[in-house]
Amino acid sequence: MREKEYRYASAAHNGLLFLKSVPGVAFGDRVGIRDQHGRQRNGQVILSSDEVVMIQVLEGTDDLNLDDTWVRFLEEPFEMPLSPDVLGRVFNGIGEPRDDRPPIISRLRRNVNGQPINPIARAYPREFIQTGISAIDGLNSLVRGQKLPIFTGSGLPHNKLVAQIVRQSKLLGEESRFVVVFAAMGVSYADAGFFRDDFESNGVLGNVAMFINLADDPPIERLILPRTAMTAAEYLAFDQDLHVLVVLTDMTYYAEALREVATAKGDVPTRKGYPGYLYSDLAEIYERAGRVRNRHGSITMVPVVSMPSDDITHPIPDLTGYITEGQIVLSRELHNQDLYPPVNIPPSLSRLMKDGIGKDDTREDHPRVASQLYAAYAKALEVRNLASIIGPDELPDLDRKYLQFADGFEQHFLAQGVDEDRSIVQTLNIAWELLSLLPGEVLSRVSEADLARYHHWDRTT
Amino acid sequence: MTDTGTVIEVNGPLVRAHLPGTANGEQVQLGALGLTGEVIGLDDDRALIQVYESTEMLRPGEPVTPLGHPLSVELGPGLLGGIFDGIQRPLQSLMSEAGDHIPRGVSIAALDRDKPWSFTPDTELKTGAEIRGGVVLGKVQETDAIEHRILAPPQTRGELLELAAPGDYNLKQVIARVRGPQGDIQELKLFHRWPVRIPRPYRKRDNGIAPLLTGQRILDTFFPLLKGGKGAIPGPFGAGKTMLQQQIARWTNAGIVIYVGCGERGNELVDILESFPNLTDPYSGRSLMERTLLVANTSNMPVVAREASIYLGVTLAEYYRDQGHDVVMLADSTSRWAEALREVAGRLGQMPVEEGYPAYLASRLASFYERAGRVQTLCGDSGSVSLIGAVSPPGGDFSEPVTNHTKDIIQTFWALSKPLADARHYPSVSWTESFSDSVDAAAIWWSREVDASWQEKRTQALNLLGRAEELARIINLVGAEALSPMQRWSVEMAALVREGLLQQSALDEVDSYCSPQKQFALLDLIISLYQQGKVLVQAGVPVSSLLALPEIGRARRAKNLYGNEQMQELAALGKEIHARLEKMRREYEEQSK
Repeated sequence: MREKEYRYASAAHNGLLFLKSVPGVAFGDRVGIRDQHGRQRNGQVILSSDEVVMIQVLEGTDDLNLDDTWVRFLEEPFEMPLSPDVLGRVFNGIGEPRDDRPPIISRLRRNVNGQPINPIARAYPREFIQTGISAIDGLNSLVRGQKLPIFTGSGLPHNKLVAQIVRQSKLLGEESRFVVVFAAMGVSYADAGFFRDDFESNGVLGNVAMFINLADDPPIERLILPRTAMTAAEYLAFDQDLHVLVVLTDMTYYAEALREVATAKGDVPTRKGYPGYLYSDLAEIYERAGRVRNRHGSITMVPVVSMPSDDITHPIPDLTGYITEGQIVLSRELHNQDLYPPVNIPPSLSRLMKDGIGKDDTREDHPRVASQLYAAYAKALEVRNLASIIGPDELPDLDRKYLQFADGFEQHFLAQGVDEDRSIVQTLNIAWELLSLLPGEVLSRVSEADLARYHHWDRTT
Repeated sequence: MTDTGTVIEVNGPLVRAHLPGTANGEQVQLGALGLTGEVIGLDDDRALIQVYESTEMLRPGEPVTPLGHPLSVELGPGLLGGIFDGIQRPLQSLMSEAGDHIPRGVSIAALDRDKPWSFTPDTELKTGAEIRGGVVLGKVQETDAIEHRILAPPQTRGELLELAAPGDYNLKQVIARVRGPQGDIQELKLFHRWPVRIPRPYRKRDNGIAPLLTGQRILDTFFPLLKGGKGAIPGPFGAGKTMLQQQIARWTNAGIVIYVGCGERGNELVDILESFPNLTDPYSGRSLMERTLLVANTSNMPVVAREASIYLGVTLAEYYRDQGHDVVMLADSTSRWAEALREVAGRLGQMPVEEGYPAYLASRLASFYERAGRVQTLCGDSGSVSLIGAVSPPGGDFSEPVTNHTKDIIQTFWALSKPLADARHYPSVSWTESFSDSVDAAAIWWSREVDASWQEKRTQALNLLGRAEELARIINLVGAEALSPMQRWSVEMAALVREGLLQQSALDEVDSYCSPQKQFALLDLIISLYQQGKVLVQAGVPVSSLLALPEIGRARRAKNLYGNEQMQELAALGKEIHARLEKMRREYEEQSK
């Protein structure tokens, strides 16, 4: 640490502090700032030259008095102290306690930016996680080490869904549950409280590390929070051999904070004013999930991404979808019909599903059943569209069966209780009940053997 | 070589330094960690440097050491089966040296210097022979599937003084000495270096004549790409770009496949690394990994090296082309490369033109794709580089700059469609938005190698799909009942084309790869059925009784029922369907008499 404190910043606005003529300051250096009231703020060097040093102040630059602001360069990047004691604790964006308990003391401190995983050190995720939710397990299966975001909108029950995933997720045939790293960026007090209460009432609070920046906390801190949280997650997974489930909520608020700072810095804006590096920046966070060869632990990630105005082509869900391994999309239409969980099936996808399901993982017919459900539901939605124009009575027989299928699929397969924990076999059996509403000839995605074994068309006709 | 300089300013991956006497493109090392960077601009005695690694904790006043050469790639045996990052660091050695994560400031030679290779010199070459760039000095067996020709570097010129005898040599050993026109002695080894941003020379360009086969019906039969051609796969996320690229990498009839993961997911490369060694190349019968080379700069790796990775890939492709191979390079995704360009341009304060991209985006894209082509190599062989770039348009909007400019440059456009993908119709290549400029050239090959009626049947299938699309609009307004029997037959047969021909599951063992013969047989089967059925419908046979024929269900499943080696069974099915319809026609005629 430099002994010297610098005074007389030359400018301060929009969360940026400028100092002139401080030579040799390291890029990315952590900065301690003391304001005129003696309060400490945290900053980071984001441009350094002999003439000027630009510092991003995490708590913002409001009411800073230039003549009475003292800046100290700490000669270190942001680091998170790490020990098994991070579980059961609540931190702010830079890893300081938020729960009135003493800070984590540990010799082990890691740079919050981490280092990219060497692609060949990765192990391909292929272990099926049973969430107990049919829309996910049956059609968009989650596997250990996957990053699968929830695309949602304001007022949709994403919190309930995430909490249910956290509660119910388990590996088939294994007792060990996940530990949770929960990172909240810009969410309301009520939302953060919902999760806290849910963890508490399930008695798992001791297995959760929470990193919290609420809606009324300084937004710039949100830029560092997911990095701090992922540093803790990496430690738990790859040093402590635990299976970690990371919940990041809400990445849209994170990206908005990024835009705020980028605009202040004068970065060239691209779509909707977001900086051109939004993709790389999001990838730095998301790609920290995964499995590593020869390590027992894993990081599975469920980020929550709000789609502004329910627009899936908005830059944040759009770029997220390009990085993550699929997405679960929630539908306002289904939600308005009081259907829970309102998963919009056609645009939802799990890219890693193909290697985590089937004979040795779930059940032999699972891949084909999933494909068949998708195809039949897509067809059924087309028929439903047509029915709304010409009326259901005008439809041919087969099309009316498709209508029945669509209703049954939504009411019995998609819909389930907040506490209903279905096994994958239950999920697949419900699927076959529904597929049996349709004649075998049109089910071209399943095999003859599947039909013989599971399809009971004769019984329903 | 210039003297050491000093850092003046650090702004993310961009560094300004006092560095007199350097040149644009020169490689430099920065600071105590020895980070690698490249000079991209000069202003008096100041240089602008883009750094391939994170510049965290780099500070003004630290030294900058120029390395005296531009970003270059090492070309020699030992590349195939390997995986390199954007600046050709071998990721395998990097892991043995540094563990699971990629640290900064580590430089490892791309090729193993100590590994011995069994070299067989070209017996035609005698002492005193004239050596020019591209001359084949000899060969080594790089993998069981691929013979690697050792080429004299392109700039070589002179008289052969000495050529090594057959035997084992490593990359440090000299295998030939050449005396140049000025009497200078050049020592040639099993490898040489080449700057990645400069296309490797060739004798002349030729037109493409043979299609690059991929075993995917929608590509080969409907929108062919030639060996030496340029293709693009644009598609929104979730449309199946990566899956389609992997299918091409798996089943293409190119000799060498170079797969560049540029700003994409780490797990996708792992998928290739774990699956390819166990898959068999359908042409050589050897493991696929033996002909494959991966360049991996995933989305979380530094953005500047991502920009370089595309050039690294295409230079490697040209090198194997120069040995007389047909090479295909897949770049996933060129949009991430363009974004890297945009990020650096933004930090340089360059004027953004479209969506923040610099004005030179179009020309950079064009000059990259121009490195594709079928050429006569310096030693007179024929070789080709086919380039296939994935494009990731924001929001799936094909009018955005990268998709738009790419579309102007390439010959084959495989547009992926979100609605198709949502209905799990894979590959989700749209038959209305895709195009190929190479159909006529491909038709010559198809009619010579497979069947003379290929082009005609292909057109019929596309017309049928187009007609069904129009009719679908009518159905959506007034329902299917309003269609005439002939229209209904067209709609049903178009559905058969979609399900029985266009849809192809990468996960289905039988159907994942489809030989050109089987592709044509299926096309022929369905089109013949359609045509023959038309006659029956015209004669008054109800469409419903045609659709009730079990043979139609078999035609739909034929792709999964018959493997590539079961062509006779497939032909028999065609005959059976023909006979059945013919019988039906006669019966109907009898009745109506």
